[in-house]
Amino acid sequence: MEILTGRSIYEGQAKGEVLRSDMPIGFFGHVDLETGIIKEPGHPLEGQSIAGKVIVFPTAKGSTVGSYILYALKKRGKAPLAFIMKDCELIVAVGAIISEIVGIDQVDITKLHTGDWVSIEGNRIVIEQTHIY
Amino acid sequence: MKLTDEEQAILLGEGGRGAQKAMEILVALGKIYRAFDMVPVQSAQIAGVSYRNIGDPGVEFLADWVQLGAKVAIPAFMNPAGIDRKLWKQMGVDAPFAKKQMKIISHLEKMNIEPTLTCTPYHIGHVPQFGEHIAWSESSAVSFANSVLGARTNREGGPSALAAAIVGRTPRFGLHLDENRLASHHITVKTRLSSPADYGALGYWIGKQVGGGIPYIEGLAEMNGSLEVTEYLKALGAAMAASGAVALYHIQDVTPEAVNSGHQLLKKDHIKIRVEQLNDAYQELKKSGDKLDLVALGCPHHSLEEIRAVAQTVAGRKFKVEFWITTSYQIRQSAAAEGWVQLIESAGGKVISDTCMVVAPLKEAGFNHIAVNSAKAACYLPSHQGAVTYWGTTEQCIQAAIEGKWKF
Repeated sequence: MEILTGRSIYEGQAKGEVLRSDMPIGFFGHVDLETGIIKEPGHPLEGQSIAGKVIVFPTAKGSTVGSYILYALKKRGKAPLAFIMKDCELIVAVGAIISEIVGIDQVDITKLHTGDWVSIEGNRIVIEQTHIY
Repeated sequence: MKLTDEEQAILLGEGGRGAQKAMEILVALGKIYRAFDMVPVQSAQIAGVSYRNIGDPGVEFLADWVQLGAKVAIPAFMNPAGIDRKLWKQMGVDAPFAKKQMKIISHLEKMNIEPTLTCTPYHIGHVPQFGEHIAWSESSAVSFANSVLGARTNREGGPSALAAAIVGRTPRFGLHLDENRLASHHITVKTRLSSPADYGALGYWIGKQVGGGIPYIEGLAEMNGSLEVTEYLKALGAAMAASGAVALYHIQDVTPEAVNSGHQLLKKDHIKIRVEQLNDAYQELKKSGDKLDLVALGCPHHSLEEIRAVAQTVAGRKFKVEFWITTSYQIRQSAAAEGWVQLIESAGGKVISDTCMVVAPLKEAGFNHIAVNSAKAACYLPSHQGAVTYWGTTEQCIQAAIEGKWKF
């Protein structure tokens, strides 16, 4: 079991499956509110839903309205379970707090892979099970 | 982050859940940007008002925050909405949009935020003092307050400005600190500028070169045309904030921090740039074509002086296409009292308040070819409205409206 540490943005506990993107995620205009599916053409996660996943990505991009998108996803039960980022910025930080989504940044995200199972507590991430290819 | 006893109490919920949530947002931002403590702010300007921008998710969030009993603790005022509250039908906006928009304004009013609905609060009496800490969010207003007035604000997002308004504080980082107000670029202008459009073109060019940096500009000739200095600076700053992310600039002998400190504002490792001509900027901003649906002036919102200048030029003329000037309703009232609104209306134009061509649903209203006198609007309209956007001087825009086509 490998343990990673970072900086807690919204504190809490979460346990779930990783969905990783090496590209920044733009929430405004690029995520479907009713399904949580990323619909940005050409994005590595295009067509995949972030709902209920521990999303792992470098940083967010685009309009600050993205904070409200996270809020709307949460209300519809389609928000990510938690987020792990390299560098959190205003969009996700504000979105996480208003939506109460657990998250950590300043993490070496290359250590995490889509399909891994992780549990988050405070500023610690425990990789419980790595995805077997 | 160091919090006072009062701030800690708010964070623990003693001021209610609404204020607690606001403090949680500010503490998280303070942590991300490594702020040492909070700084009290004297006013907040709240962006994220237009329904076209924030949509249903934004409406839901604001409604819920109102439910939590949040109220602002300091003077707070709204950025433009998507409609003129009175003239929305004449703008071609449909009723469902107007209804949602009015709901947003009403939610914000319930938190005691003033429905100024303008990006130029400094034209209607909200003029921060030199050195005052504020939390403003619209990019041109931020630029004006920091640069022209010498106030101190970061570029807040909608929710963070709202959070700052609710607790009367913001984390102390970025432009709130002296060391972050130094210039990264030294721009020497070697060409003569005359109209506000020229200043817009210069701003557009500088914004592209410096990105999120802080330019120190020298070589600008005296701004002594028919308008006030603020009108030229407003166009310059708005364009730099749109083509780049400039939230503060200094102009030698003009802006207050440059007047006080001159070249001491230059960082040791600053980059030097000379501007010999503006042809490249003009070429990028100008678009060819002649089809025209709308001429829209007033980005940022026009001042009384700017409306006067237009009214006197168009007196006795007739427009062949839609012609709008956007401003705040206070300025519109003053212009109406002077008879200038009537002069523009007699020519077939409209003076629209509370909104602008960037945040109104123009595409939905069927405007696809729009002429503007603002370099900022020229940056945003192609992507925000999907419109073919022509850019020129105020005089060229007026002439185009009279002739019904763009030919410059």
